[in-house]
Amino acid sequence: MSEYSVIGKRVHNVDGTEKVTGSAKYTFDVVMPNMLYGKILRSPYPHANILKIDTRRAKRLVGVKAVVTGKDTLGRKQGIWRRFPELCDEEILCRAKVRYIGDAVAAVAAIDEDTAEEALDLIDVEYEPLPAVFDPMDAIKEGAPQIHEGVELNININRHIEWGDVDEAFEKCDHIREDKFKCSSQAHVCMETHDAVASFGHNGKLEAWTSSQSSYYIQRLYADMLDMNESDIRVHNRHTGGGFGSKFELDSAQFCAAILSQKLCRPVKIVLTREEEFTATKRRTPMYYFLKLGAKKDGTMLAKEVRVITEGGAYTAMGATALYLTGFFSSFPYKYPNYRYDGYRVYTNTATTSAMRGFGAPQSTFVGESQLDMMADDLGIDPVELRRKNGMTPNYEVPGQAFIQSCGLHQCLDKIEEHIKKQGKLPPNHGIGVSAYGFMSGGIFNWFNTPYAFSAALVRINIDGKVDVYTGACDMGQGSNTTLSMICAEELGVRLEDVRIFSGDTGICPPDLGAWGSRQTLMSGNAVKRAAAECKQQLIEFAAAKMGANIVYDLDIKDRWVHLVDRPERGVSYFDIVKETIRGKDGVAIMGRGHYTPHRKGMISPAYSFGVQAAEVEVDPETGRYKLVNVTTAHESGTVINPLGIEGQLEGAIMMAGGYGFCEDQPMDEGKILNPSIADYKLIRSLDMPETDILEIDTYEPEGPFGAKEAGEGLTNPTAGAIGNAVYKAVGVRIYDLPITPEKVLKALKEKEKQTKKAKK
Amino acid sequence: MKKELKFKVNGQPYDIFVEPKKLLVEVLRDLVGLTGTKRGCNSSSCGACTVMLNGMAVKSCSVLALQANGAEVVTVEGLATGNKLSPLQKAFLDHGAYQCGFCTPGMLMSSTALLAENPKPTKQQMKEGIDGNICRCTGYNSIIRAVTAVVKGEYKEAK
Repeated sequence: MSEYSVIGKRVHNVDGTEKVTGSAKYTFDVVMPNMLYGKILRSPYPHANILKIDTRRAKRLVGVKAVVTGKDTLGRKQGIWRRFPELCDEEILCRAKVRYIGDAVAAVAAIDEDTAEEALDLIDVEYEPLPAVFDPMDAIKEGAPQIHEGVELNININRHIEWGDVDEAFEKCDHIREDKFKCSSQAHVCMETHDAVASFGHNGKLEAWTSSQSSYYIQRLYADMLDMNESDIRVHNRHTGGGFGSKFELDSAQFCAAILSQKLCRPVKIVLTREEEFTATKRRTPMYYFLKLGAKKDGTMLAKEVRVITEGGAYTAMGATALYLTGFFSSFPYKYPNYRYDGYRVYTNTATTSAMRGFGAPQSTFVGESQLDMMADDLGIDPVELRRKNGMTPNYEVPGQAFIQSCGLHQCLDKIEEHIKKQGKLPPNHGIGVSAYGFMSGGIFNWFNTPYAFSAALVRINIDGKVDVYTGACDMGQGSNTTLSMICAEELGVRLEDVRIFSGDTGICPPDLGAWGSRQTLMSGNAVKRAAAECKQQLIEFAAAKMGANIVYDLDIKDRWVHLVDRPERGVSYFDIVKETIRGKDGVAIMGRGHYTPHRKGMISPAYSFGVQAAEVEVDPETGRYKLVNVTTAHESGTVINPLGIEGQLEGAIMMAGGYGFCEDQPMDEGKILNPSIADYKLIRSLDMPETDILEIDTYEPEGPFGAKEAGEGLTNPTAGAIGNAVYKAVGVRIYDLPITPEKVLKALKEKEKQTKKAKK
Repeated sequence: MKKELKFKVNGQPYDIFVEPKKLLVEVLRDLVGLTGTKRGCNSSSCGACTVMLNGMAVKSCSVLALQANGAEVVTVEGLATGNKLSPLQKAFLDHGAYQCGFCTPGMLMSSTALLAENPKPTKQQMKEGIDGNICRCTGYNSIIRAVTAVVKGEYKEAK
């Protein structure tokens, strides 16, 4: 839209030059005087009592400065669902019991990493192995080993969502399908592993640098675990080498570094190894899915019933949110008049499952979109038409749950239909599969129990007209610093290069819940916009007085020009007005504050984005191997603030979500992850990456800054489903469990052949 | 026992003593002080530590520092001349071929080495050139677009 002078332009990220020259500094690069290096000893058992830890030999090693165990902690349990103490269940440094292979039992600080590593071998831990359970379907059975005291049947949490009368509606359906699916796990594989430098001064205050998606959460969780005031803790967010949902809970690197530093009053740095990253951080939640879907002959879907059992792993983490969101997004993006969801998260003796980009929705979208295609087949209706018939529209209320304002799903369906038609008749063994999705622009939930606004920002204009933005938002690579700077520049009427942003430093930035749930463009964006508007108002008041304009005129600022809206040629320089306004304010820099907390926006999110994806695959029926040929996505995320950023989010999501459908997996044996290295964990590399096309749909979200909404996570949802549907279109086999590997395709082809032969006989 | 290592990094000669087991990536980061080169796996499978050793792209986590004795090493810090970015760096910026930026130094070094060896690679060759580098953010296609733009000569003046 041409009315904007900054928004919608293809700009370099504000930190781009640093990143392409190697001068960007990550926590990984932080070195401090007198700094020590830490390493963590982890449990080799999936479930065991700790009988004794003897650290004497390790402490005697030259170069070792401290060895800590759970006894050196306050024995508190951390959890991000702080409102519910029973869900805060992770000690990080275990005192009495370990619950998965990788649970931390001790940590060492030494003069270098090699010495710290050597010391780990000298710590003697006596374990009493306990019976363990790995699959949630076993863990939920009577008599299964109990992983947390007092938790019956290992059920960590359950969630119920319901509207309409599902049972009555099924009675009225012409056709009902019941299907079972299994969704696998996935590792975040951030290129920068979890790391932290923690530094306690002799004054008892903590300063920490860490690769994180939410400095505020880390600060608050540190305060909980160390029994400190949060104001005595300063968390810095440097450049962050990826997050994808893995970096907003207090992790073992952060906690152990702090415990060691507290003992020594020296900075301690811990960088997790890649193997630890795979085995001892969190991961995407595997889910067993049971779906029942009922429709009328004409394709009107009347009822959906969803039951889910998720593999929780050892602790709650953000898994409770994933359980809720997978239930809510199982209804997306359709208007089910009757809907019922029951989900159970079950503790197991495996690495904890938690948040990962898409947050439960990639699972629900894979299973839902697979089943929808089967329903379309059953009814003899075109899959796109079936989605059109039931798809959400603007101003739709999800009964009792959510209100959807902007929604461009139908335009997306039209575009994708056009795209498929354009491909004409496909070569043999090629297929195009379709998948539709929606996602939230930030969550409304406050299980963290923050007393602060969800987002807040300060904007300051200095004497030279340059603008400083302070926000607790965290840029983990998704480009929020650029997006927020653009929003500030647009609102204030200056250029992008006039804005400098300080983000994620709890010492100077107002609290913000951080980068998760696709919340920063909308929530942090609104806070920044309001803060900038407050500054602008001060300039405009002064300018109006100075210009002696008739009070019926409105003033505005665009591209550094303060002017009358109706007579833009009548104006004054922004820079002059800034100087004079500051003089008029007794020399005080111009400051604006803004905040955003959603109110009266339902229970989930203030806004939702939508899209439809078409994936083309080419299957080799001899081997089951297939190639991702092309992925075309029609999507809408409201006003596009940063087009280059959105393209990056979209293509990157296809790499990650395509990987979820195509190859990524974490096979286990008795709780041990078998592929904890990048060599063995298969992800999409450049040669596997399909061609990607984007069809942008214009929408405007009234709740978003300048009409914008999320684009970071929603795009992670559709791809696995589109791939599954494409494989079916190509060779007629349906895969019900992720990832869709060549082995599974081949097995299904052979089974199909067998059935065909049988039928002929 | 430390041993002498004489080598050039980004044109600058260094004469230092290192332990024989030290990896090139460790010496570059910890002793030479160039932290642009990253380390993502320490097992030569992610490519974040890629540097050029005598003109060839190598993973500096799988090269002993002493193997670089007498060699010329170029790291990401050696790509720009003063404040002038190399054509590839400029193209990476224009095409959004980075997000978190942690893999970017390695990506730039692999693509720089590719173009040094083959100034007119096909798209397939470009993909092969960065196949040893993992990027978890961009999905690679923007990187291929950036390299393509350089190959087409769109950044000649930046030299």
